[in-house]
Amino acid sequence: MPLGLPIHAPLIVEFPFEWNYIRSIIEVSLYVSVTAVVLSTLVSLPVALLVGFKEFPGKTLLTSIINTGMGFPSVVVGLLVLFTVSNEGPLGSWDLVFTPEAMIMSQFVLAAPVITGVCLAAVSSVEQNVRDAAYAMGGTRFDVALVTIKEARYGIATAVLAGFGRAISEVGGVLIVGGNIAGSDGTSYTRTLTTAIQLEAQQGRFETAMILGAILVVLVLIVNAIVVRLGNGGGRYE
Amino acid sequence: MPIHRRGLLAGIGGGTAVGLAGCTALGGDDVDSGPEIVGETLTLSTTTSTYHTGLLDELNVAFEDRYGVTVDTVPQGTGAAIQTGRSGDSDVVMVHARSQEDEFMADGYGINRREIMFNDFIIIGDPDDPAEISGGDDAVEAFVRIADSDSMFVSRGDDSGTHTRELEIWEEAGFEDGNFGEWYREAGGGMGEVVIQTGQRGGYTLADRGTYLSMSNESDLEIHVEGPVEDGPEILANPYGIFAINPEIHDTVDYGLAMAYIGFITSLEGQAIIEGYTVEGEQLFFPEALTEDPNFEQYVPEGWDGSDSNE
Repeated sequence: MPLGLPIHAPLIVEFPFEWNYIRSIIEVSLYVSVTAVVLSTLVSLPVALLVGFKEFPGKTLLTSIINTGMGFPSVVVGLLVLFTVSNEGPLGSWDLVFTPEAMIMSQFVLAAPVITGVCLAAVSSVEQNVRDAAYAMGGTRFDVALVTIKEARYGIATAVLAGFGRAISEVGGVLIVGGNIAGSDGTSYTRTLTTAIQLEAQQGRFETAMILGAILVVLVLIVNAIVVRLGNGGGRYE
Repeated sequence: MPIHRRGLLAGIGGGTAVGLAGCTALGGDDVDSGPEIVGETLTLSTTTSTYHTGLLDELNVAFEDRYGVTVDTVPQGTGAAIQTGRSGDSDVVMVHARSQEDEFMADGYGINRREIMFNDFIIIGDPDDPAEISGGDDAVEAFVRIADSDSMFVSRGDDSGTHTRELEIWEEAGFEDGNFGEWYREAGGGMGEVVIQTGQRGGYTLADRGTYLSMSNESDLEIHVEGPVEDGPEILANPYGIFAINPEIHDTVDYGLAMAYIGFITSLEGQAIIEGYTVEGEQLFFPEALTEDPNFEQYVPEGWDGSDSNE
């Protein structure tokens, strides 16, 4: 429902301001982006360790794929995922189109290269002698990997952040595969903060768009703070 | 585990007996008691204009309460909405572009089309009215004047129902192949976006009355030429159609639920909701599913001669 405020009115908004609507949008955004980033990290970290430590044929190719993926346009990713999950696509029988799960797929594809790329830089920067020492103390490969992760934790935290930032702030992909759906009771099903902002701006409801935008920025800041603390192990990283 | 198995077998026997009892209670075999739809989800692809006005929310709440189902509404331009239906990603499509709907039905993708309501298109623009079209009752003449005076015209440019109609009017005005001048802008977005852009830049645009009314707070544009709602020219009529996706082509669509939805929207109850829906005290849509003389043309493509286009 239009607010009835002209655009040039001061931004005085009475809370609770369509609070259910906004809360459900935040929930969908976080569910989709956090899930996508967690899944991406589970895949990206092992890949980064592998690429960082081992020599194997095709390593150069894999590295350039990762680097290309870091800058891959999100709209194109959305389009490819749509072709995949559409009723006529290879995964059509899974019935994923216009669901949060399809949005997770799209954001996974976006976030994974970023997380892998930044993790790779972090892991590669761990001193060779640290790894040698770990081996010398009789550590298994797994132990060495753990030591490396511990040493590179700050860089890995940065990687997760970069992936999250890319996931939660993209519009095109989730709009195409999610369909920007909200239920008739005013709760979001596949409407995220970014697509809601786009929709509100499209309809000239700039106040709501501004509020959603502010919430999005605050969310990213909060997640930043949490991840940086984790990366620091609660203490100062020297 | 013989005891367990015996229990299991007994259970199967009982289940069969109950199942058969159910059949005979219906008075014979092969009696279809209609599709079970409770708890299912209907995916509706529709145009931004029906969605943004808020009418669909009213209709969907009533439908959901009545049948215990969920409606997922995907707002797109008419072209995209039809494309979504074509690939079987939605169960039912509600749009307003007869030519595109006809093509869709002729290809066999859409079936059981019904006309549900109409409103009209209006030519809106800057209150200053540099092209001096205000008060006219000829949309084509108004378009010619806009072009002749080099006034800015903002087009949807998104293959939507409104855009389709706009191009038809331009064609009537002698602009067949989009040979427009500098004054013609394609916004490539929803109706709301275009209304805002037009207001910001002081041009003209073709809008549906519903979106214009629901955005009257956000723009200071004025109506210059109106359609049939205010006895204007027929070329500005804007009828909305709805159809189910053919389950013979896409066996994944929820045909029973789609037909329930079409039935509900064209029922007395659905039509009353449409009639009673107002924004700023103005009625946005006019129901037309229930008429004294049924309109048989609504079910088939225009000019259809009964031949089977699928063979």
